[in-house]
Amino acid sequence: MNLLIESIQWILDPQNYVGGNAIPLRVLEHLGFTVATLLIASAVAIPAGFFIGHTGRGRGLAVSISGAFRAIPTLGLLTLVALSIGIGLGAPYVALTILAIPPILAGAYTGFEAIDRRTIDAARAVGMSEGQIVRGVELPLGLPLLIGGIRSAALQVISTATLAAYLADFGLGRYLFTGLKTRDYAEMLGGSILVILLALALEGIFATIQRFVVPRGVVSSRSRVVRVR
Amino acid sequence: MSWIWSNGDLIWDRTLDHLVLSVPPIILSFLLAVPLGALANRYRASRGAILSSVGLLYAIPSLPLFIVLPVIVGTSARSPLNLIIALTLYGVALMVRVVADGLASVDPDVRQSAAGVGFSSWSEFWQVELPLAGPVLLAGLRVVAVSTVSLATVGAVIGVQSLGSLFTDGFQRGIQAEIIAGIVATVVLALVLDGALVLLGRLLMPWTRKSSSRVMLPLTPTPLTPTPLTPTTTPTTPVTR
Repeated sequence: MNLLIESIQWILDPQNYVGGNAIPLRVLEHLGFTVATLLIASAVAIPAGFFIGHTGRGRGLAVSISGAFRAIPTLGLLTLVALSIGIGLGAPYVALTILAIPPILAGAYTGFEAIDRRTIDAARAVGMSEGQIVRGVELPLGLPLLIGGIRSAALQVISTATLAAYLADFGLGRYLFTGLKTRDYAEMLGGSILVILLALALEGIFATIQRFVVPRGVVSSRSRVVRVR
Repeated sequence: MSWIWSNGDLIWDRTLDHLVLSVPPIILSFLLAVPLGALANRYRASRGAILSSVGLLYAIPSLPLFIVLPVIVGTSARSPLNLIIALTLYGVALMVRVVADGLASVDPDVRQSAAGVGFSSWSEFWQVELPLAGPVLLAGLRVVAVSTVSLATVGAVIGVQSLGSLFTDGFQRGIQAEIIAGIVATVVLALVLDGALVLLGRLLMPWTRKSSSRVMLPLTPTPLTPTPLTPTTTPTTPVTR
């Protein structure tokens, strides 16, 4: 428990709030990196997922890709990319974007697939075009699951970004690795606590967003469906 | 390639280390998740409390947990035991939700009829609910197995030997083949454990193979025949859903 107190003292130490190794700077680095990789991965995965979910084509491929990626160890991918393109920030960006794509892709297409076929048929029957169906029906109904996919991708990225400090001088993970090298347990533990707090905060934000994006009509009708069954 | 041929022993040793790290958490997380999941499924209050704390636990990044855990539990950060405890926590976090969902998916009518023919709630849980939730539990445990094998490699960074040591060593010495060998070995190990679980499932739940073919059948005629004409087929829908 003494160590825990020391690490909290480390977090609160004003010395750690100045210079290039300042805590706020590291937090921003970590967050900025997470947001950037999520944006790149989303730009690739969301359109692809919507296409698979809307047309039903390429579903088997998407399922096997997201399944296979779960088995690939993140540390292995990171070190492999780092060896091929060199130490620095490039390797973590490439590796983490690759890791973030499968959960977002799965969220996007399962969101579309989970929609009752009758709802889409009804939309088609009242004369909506395919584009209108995607934007007006499938997108709002599939949004909670898509956000869920982005949420698990975000968790994965924030966690693996800590590991990325093994390859580059960057983010909160840096404290863990310098602490490990210099046997400064307070710094190591303090850094770990900061990463955990950051991840939990992000998790809370996503949980709130996910609750808010459920269309109001769906919330009220869901309880009725359950009772009929 | 030549690196792999001359270091077969090393890869094999690390694979064994990896098995020691990853098999106990898979078994332990199942054993711990069943009572917790059952508790979560029983009362509304416990469901919210258990599922949300488990969700938070799962959100904790792995490397920081490996470092924080020894301070709380009292193990050494570099001991395999520390890693086994941490991986068990992640497995429990994944599995409790699966157990709760699997038990909730058991048809209430089936549970009522079990009570009606004289099962006590204890034996009804073990002999009716748990076997019926079995396929869902198996699917969850397969996810736990694959993610545990993958997560165990992270321990190499803090000095716990596993297949992940091939990544750190290969990276430091600039041997690409070593990293690739590590990735392939990890994936193969995950697939082997996954296959073992599938086999175990077939052994313990012989009825699932039959019902899986039955599930496919009612799906095909539905678009052809209008629904009011097929009320007689409803009893054949398998109870496993």
